[in-house]
Amino acid sequence: MGIRERLSGNEAAAIAMKQINPDVVAAFPITPSTEIPQYFSSFVSNGAVDTEFVAVESEHSAMSACIGAEAAGARAMTATSSNGLSLMWEMIYIASSLRLPIVMSLVNRAVSGPLNIHNDHSDAMGVRDSGWIQLFSESNQEAYDNLLMAHRIAEHKDVQLPLMVCQDGFITSHSIENIELLEDDKVKEFVGTYKPEHYLLNRKEPIAIGPLDLQGYLFEHKKAQAEAMRNAKKVIAEVSADFEKMTGRHYGFFEEYKMDDSEIVIVCMNSTAGTAKYAADRLREQGIKAGVLKVRMFRPFPVDEIAKALQGQKAVAVLDKADSVNGAGGALFEDVTSAMFVNGVTVPTVNYIYGIGGRDVPASDIETVYKDLVEVAKAGKAENPFRYLGIREK
Amino acid sequence: MAYNLKEVVAEKPSRFTAGHRMCAGCGAPSVARMVMRALKPEDHAVVAGATGCMEVSTFIYPYTAWTDSFIHTAFECAAATESGVEAAYKSLKRQGKLPEDEHTKFIAFGGDGGTYDIGLQSLSGAMERGHDMVYVCYDNGAYMNTGIQRSSATPKFADTTTTPAGSKIPGKMQSRKDLTKVLVGHHIPYVAQSIALNNYKDLYEKAEKAIYTEGPAFLNVLAPCPRGWGYKTEDLMQINKLAVETCYWPLYEVINGKYIINYKPANKLPIEEFLKPQKRFKHMFKPGNEWMIEEFQKEVDARWQELLDLEAMTNKE
Repeated sequence: MGIRERLSGNEAAAIAMKQINPDVVAAFPITPSTEIPQYFSSFVSNGAVDTEFVAVESEHSAMSACIGAEAAGARAMTATSSNGLSLMWEMIYIASSLRLPIVMSLVNRAVSGPLNIHNDHSDAMGVRDSGWIQLFSESNQEAYDNLLMAHRIAEHKDVQLPLMVCQDGFITSHSIENIELLEDDKVKEFVGTYKPEHYLLNRKEPIAIGPLDLQGYLFEHKKAQAEAMRNAKKVIAEVSADFEKMTGRHYGFFEEYKMDDSEIVIVCMNSTAGTAKYAADRLREQGIKAGVLKVRMFRPFPVDEIAKALQGQKAVAVLDKADSVNGAGGALFEDVTSAMFVNGVTVPTVNYIYGIGGRDVPASDIETVYKDLVEVAKAGKAENPFRYLGIREK
Repeated sequence: MAYNLKEVVAEKPSRFTAGHRMCAGCGAPSVARMVMRALKPEDHAVVAGATGCMEVSTFIYPYTAWTDSFIHTAFECAAATESGVEAAYKSLKRQGKLPEDEHTKFIAFGGDGGTYDIGLQSLSGAMERGHDMVYVCYDNGAYMNTGIQRSSATPKFADTTTTPAGSKIPGKMQSRKDLTKVLVGHHIPYVAQSIALNNYKDLYEKAEKAIYTEGPAFLNVLAPCPRGWGYKTEDLMQINKLAVETCYWPLYEVINGKYIINYKPANKLPIEEFLKPQKRFKHMFKPGNEWMIEEFQKEVDARWQELLDLEAMTNKE
């Protein structure tokens, strides 16, 4: 059962890609995801994969080439971070609107400027409305597992949307952790072969992709895309259930940590969840009923499920590792509070912008959030919902 | 090998069909039709189009003028997109997922905006990586799709909407980029400059060579624009002829580094002949502006001489 290993998050992503054995990988190096195409190139050089590796001259071309390859009828993958994703931005929307199930490993890093190579989620948040499925990963194991599930989700006939698997730059991408890998043949069987219905290289049925799509049609096409994103929810649940059968590892839309009896909850994504769980345990030693809700599936957003999970809590804090710079709250906060509102769930909820540009997030900082929540719970309301965590005041 | 071009062309059905919405008198559709005709009938093609006049006039949902497979993604990345398609073909073919005895060819089309300017990086990358594809630039010398703004392919002094010939600045003040030579600098197996002329013989033969030369190939084809250049639609072929007879647009190819000039006019016509029928150069013919024509002529002469020198130099035994 499985292979015990010690790998960094980047190694885990590269090995997942090797086991998936995509037809085409097009990528351009950028810190902190550089190692992924680097490791993958060695698999190509040593004949470990059947992949055609396209060493493009930019991320814009990486996504363009992935679109061309996927439209041609191949399975295409890429990896990037930060400004790499920013440069792809135009093509990111085109990939999803052409309904091409490209899979990306996104190693989250702050978007410039000024230049910063460390982790936050501003890259992923910048494409949250682009029509890509976004799965977040707390650990190296989760980054690996999410990638193995990615193609089954993205390529499903009711979905046909691109998917990005996010993990935190350096925090998980460069940290070596214990990991359980699957055997190559098991991955091959689980992922299956790609059989697109229509593709450019099918000479028996030539097709045209990417038209000028005017007032009479674009609206319906965008609606179909939105429907596909709604459908993805069911497919993600199904594929995750299959994955659990094979591995015993459970993946929901989000993870509820000690929320059976919790009164105060922190909502967060990626590696911070690990710190939050540790902080929750410490507070529980002091008799404070703390819980963690870790969002795995950010797009599509599990509106009803999250609202239901937070119903009955006394106070909630949503942690955003990207500032929307909008005079209001972060993206995750807005989605969570909107989900609660439309479901009639009224719990005092506050937002913390934190960890920007790789600012360290010690457990002691998370503990202060829980302590703030105790006060919010007592008061039954939150003054100043838009807060910062771990910022120097002077 | 002797053959009758008219017969070859007549026998092959057009793979770029009627019904598209390109303007009357536009040079680009005949370029697309003739390049596509150079394909062997048994070969399939995947065509990539950069955003531009050709793309928005030939593929308006739910219609397409292309009988082969076609993909458009964005303005600056026809080459990168096509390189992905070609990489997929290579990969699937190697894995035995596509029939061994059937062949697909890869052709990208872009205007001078999508090629000389915003798409230059994408083109350069794809050519350097050695993808087995042909990139065809239909060069109409400005951003015509958005309404005649200057590009780096716009000739000096031309009146465009972003270089209007005014009382202080008489049109575009910079010389035209020589993109064909930029591509020669990539040391790819085949680079050529062509135009739709003389029953399309030059264009047809160069397209055939480009498509059936293994590795990357680049065709730069001058494609006049009646709106942007300001000539009568029925004069398209005459404009093409004058571009060549004045040596404004020499016909040549560079095969593995060797320059071959395909046509040397016995009587090189003065550049006025080419400039005069075009409204974009009208201000050059005002009294007092003779210097502009002189300067233009000097540039044409210098570039023609450079080409003659390159031919001599690269063909030394």
